[in-house]
Amino acid sequence: MNTLIYTSVLGFTTMLMEVLNLRKFIVPLAVIGLAVIFGLNLQDWNQPSTHFNDMLGVSNFSVAFSGLALFITMIILVMAGEYYTNDENHISDYVTILIFITAGAMMMMSFNNLVMMFLGIETLSIALYALAGSKRFDTRSNEAGFKYFLMGSFASAILLFGIALVYGSVHSFHLSLISSFISENSTLPPMFITGVILIGFAMLFKVSAAPFHFWAPDVYEGAPALITAFMSTLVKIAGFAALYRLVTIGFNNGTPQTDQMLYVVAILTLLTGNLSALAQDNFKRLMAYSGISHAGYMLLIVLSAKSHVSSTLFYYSAAYAVAGLAAFSVALPVFKSTGSELLSAFNGLGKKNPVMAAGLTMAMIGMAGIPPFAGFFGKFYLFTKAFESGLFYIVLLAVINSMIGVYYYFKVIMAMYGKQPDETQIENPLSYQLVMWVCTALSLIWGIVPSLLTDLLL
Amino acid sequence: MLSLELLFIPLFASLLILFAKGKAARALALVFTLIQLLVTGYAYTIFKANGGAAFEFTQAWVKSPVINIHFGVDGISLLMVMLTNLLLPLIVLSGFNRETKRPHIFYALMLFMQFALNGVFLSMDAFVYYIFWELALIPIYFIAFNWGDENRGKVTIKFFIYTLVGSLLMLFGFVFLYLSSPQHSLDWNTLTQFKTCSCNQTWLFWLLFAAFAIKIPIFPFHTWQPDTYKSAPTQGTMLLSGIMLKMGTYSLIKWLLPIVPDGFKEWQAVVITLSVIGIVYASIIAIMQTDLKRLFAYSSIAHVGLIAAGVFSFTQQGLQGSLAQMFAHGINVVGLFFCADIILSRTGTLQISNLGGIRNQNRLFSSLFLIVVLGSVALPLTNGFIGEFLLLYGVFEYNTWLSVFAGLTIILGAVYMLRMFQNVMSGPDSEHISSFPPLHWNEKLVLILIGGLIILTGVFPAPILELTQPAIDNLLK
Repeated sequence: MNTLIYTSVLGFTTMLMEVLNLRKFIVPLAVIGLAVIFGLNLQDWNQPSTHFNDMLGVSNFSVAFSGLALFITMIILVMAGEYYTNDENHISDYVTILIFITAGAMMMMSFNNLVMMFLGIETLSIALYALAGSKRFDTRSNEAGFKYFLMGSFASAILLFGIALVYGSVHSFHLSLISSFISENSTLPPMFITGVILIGFAMLFKVSAAPFHFWAPDVYEGAPALITAFMSTLVKIAGFAALYRLVTIGFNNGTPQTDQMLYVVAILTLLTGNLSALAQDNFKRLMAYSGISHAGYMLLIVLSAKSHVSSTLFYYSAAYAVAGLAAFSVALPVFKSTGSELLSAFNGLGKKNPVMAAGLTMAMIGMAGIPPFAGFFGKFYLFTKAFESGLFYIVLLAVINSMIGVYYYFKVIMAMYGKQPDETQIENPLSYQLVMWVCTALSLIWGIVPSLLTDLLL
Repeated sequence: MLSLELLFIPLFASLLILFAKGKAARALALVFTLIQLLVTGYAYTIFKANGGAAFEFTQAWVKSPVINIHFGVDGISLLMVMLTNLLLPLIVLSGFNRETKRPHIFYALMLFMQFALNGVFLSMDAFVYYIFWELALIPIYFIAFNWGDENRGKVTIKFFIYTLVGSLLMLFGFVFLYLSSPQHSLDWNTLTQFKTCSCNQTWLFWLLFAAFAIKIPIFPFHTWQPDTYKSAPTQGTMLLSGIMLKMGTYSLIKWLLPIVPDGFKEWQAVVITLSVIGIVYASIIAIMQTDLKRLFAYSSIAHVGLIAAGVFSFTQQGLQGSLAQMFAHGINVVGLFFCADIILSRTGTLQISNLGGIRNQNRLFSSLFLIVVLGSVALPLTNGFIGEFLLLYGVFEYNTWLSVFAGLTIILGAVYMLRMFQNVMSGPDSEHISSFPPLHWNEKLVLILIGGLIILTGVFPAPILELTQPAIDNLLK
């Protein structure tokens, strides 16, 4: 809980620094501040506690995921300093909003009460609508922000309606009481089931699972690339942490109704994500559909909630995050130098800048789930756990889908090495290089020594 | 502990070469592959063939799911390690008079490949084995893709996805085995001792077999192979055909047979029949080929088809023969592709009809090429003979008629190989060849070494057979 307060205070501080005319120091201060909070966050390790009348619960789960969220935000902020060089007037806005998104994400990772969950989701979403539309003079960015806002608020309304229906049956917002309500009643009232399913719809919208995914490619494409990186990593992970918490603590590891719904949605998500990704020629849209397919894999983890899979979810999220961040740390300077966000922007990168090409190659191999990178062990871990929970056929489907995935990830690699380069030179500032190296190294280290992460949440 | 050294010398070398420049890269590569060869030779001398595993190394790795790192060799895997580390210096040396773009990356990838191949053959835990299996795919993909000919884009992605499909099915099979094994382990010893019920073995067999059959490749899983061999750079083709496909045949014996013995016996007839069809089919296509590299590629399918048939005959002779033939085929096919590359570099063409009369220009090359060709048509006193003889014997014990068709490989092999040799080397002088410059020193050295090995292991096959005998006896028990 302290972590949440510190993060919010940091958010206000960066906002005030603009007033005090300390614009230059905003990004370094925010990064250092997040690093300090990351350290303070670790103090709560193995010290579970509840706060605000059991609205928030600090546990190892929330500490681990909050740590991951802080790390991702730190990485994004390191890149933000470079990304917003031409837009220094608004840097405090961007940084502050990013930090508040992190605060929202943390609420989604530690709530014990549906109201808190809703607050977290809204804090995160509203800030994100603003960021998605933050390139004011770019029509696509405006479109992205507006589209995201319209559909997102619709989903929030559904979520709220679902929460109200659940409250009507349980007479409480507390997850523990909802859980005992489920175990006490052999037949659940229709109002409760409807509420649960509506909540499920809204959550699936937030994590961009099919058939609630239509916003994702458009928003990813239109939003500024840095924000796309943020959405495809932290926002997705926060959504899954919330969904997982909801299902494990609130719904007794999944009621038959939620299981059925998630099963169908997982199949649809896997297929939609992977098959649509095959046809993309825009890197951001490709990442959007790849993100949808990863949501499909992560839904398998939620489905196997009975076999204690919090460490699987954490490992998979961390592996996915570092691979995604490494990919964007190469993509951002390429987009900037070539002025294009198509896959063809990467043509001949292997000749122009072998180091960047190698970094992106490793990120793509990691995303495709090929050893020795963390993405591979994440998939193996996931398949094992899902198999253990008896999800035989859907694991087979997931295996087939990871083969399809290889093709579109390798499209990027083939563009870099197989196509002729054009004239443009790629400028690669130091901060992007740093991010690329750190994320690639982490992906490799976690892939070779998975127990660093897997043993955390046993 | 020796297994760790075998693994980490190439890995270290690969990282080191990445920072070398130009010619230093290939010199370093040669030095390290030679060191690796020496270590392998030392391992061979102290290895006692008693059927058990030697040089073992175990280390807990991940607590949940339980995965242990476990390396070790028995006679079968040691033979494969020897083949790998014997061929690598030759493959590196064969590139010494060639211009390679960005040689430091090329040779670093090659040494990384050696690391992964050694890992495949040394692993005694299925998970570790799987990691190395996949790891071996990455360097060869980039070698074929970055240094290949103009068709490489489509060809290499087909190769990559094809083999990955097999690997992932195998992974799925391993996950199943992991969960059904009593102590939740993927260790080779556990997997081979505990037997899952034969109802599961029926389909588990195909999950594992798919990966191996694609890698080998067994008909009808072979369609990626000729194009890939054709379009990869020669040194890449040598790696692919000389060593990488042995990963598949080796795994049939080391992993598939002991883990799903019931499934193995259930599908034995189907696989042998497929292999024999593959032999005849590939031989006939080889006769029709007009391009040297494609001809060698199809002859390779025929040879490995016989190896697979021998393994699936499940007789002592068949298994022995398959191992001897794996060793021999590795050497021969590297020799064949190297000769093709020498011809290409001097005449600029690989079309058989455009070639002719090279013998008059260069006697030495002609004689060395002849030895390699004779080795691959399995003439007695060459290394191909003992393997093919035992293989046919094994298949004969299983079924007479199948062995008759499998035996066609020798006749048809002689037809396409000798006819090719006649057209290319003797025959009338072709107008495409004005001169055939003499062999470079490294080319001479490589060809003489290969020729020497062909004759040496042909005359004295006993060490190879003695090395693998106890491990095979264990399997047959």
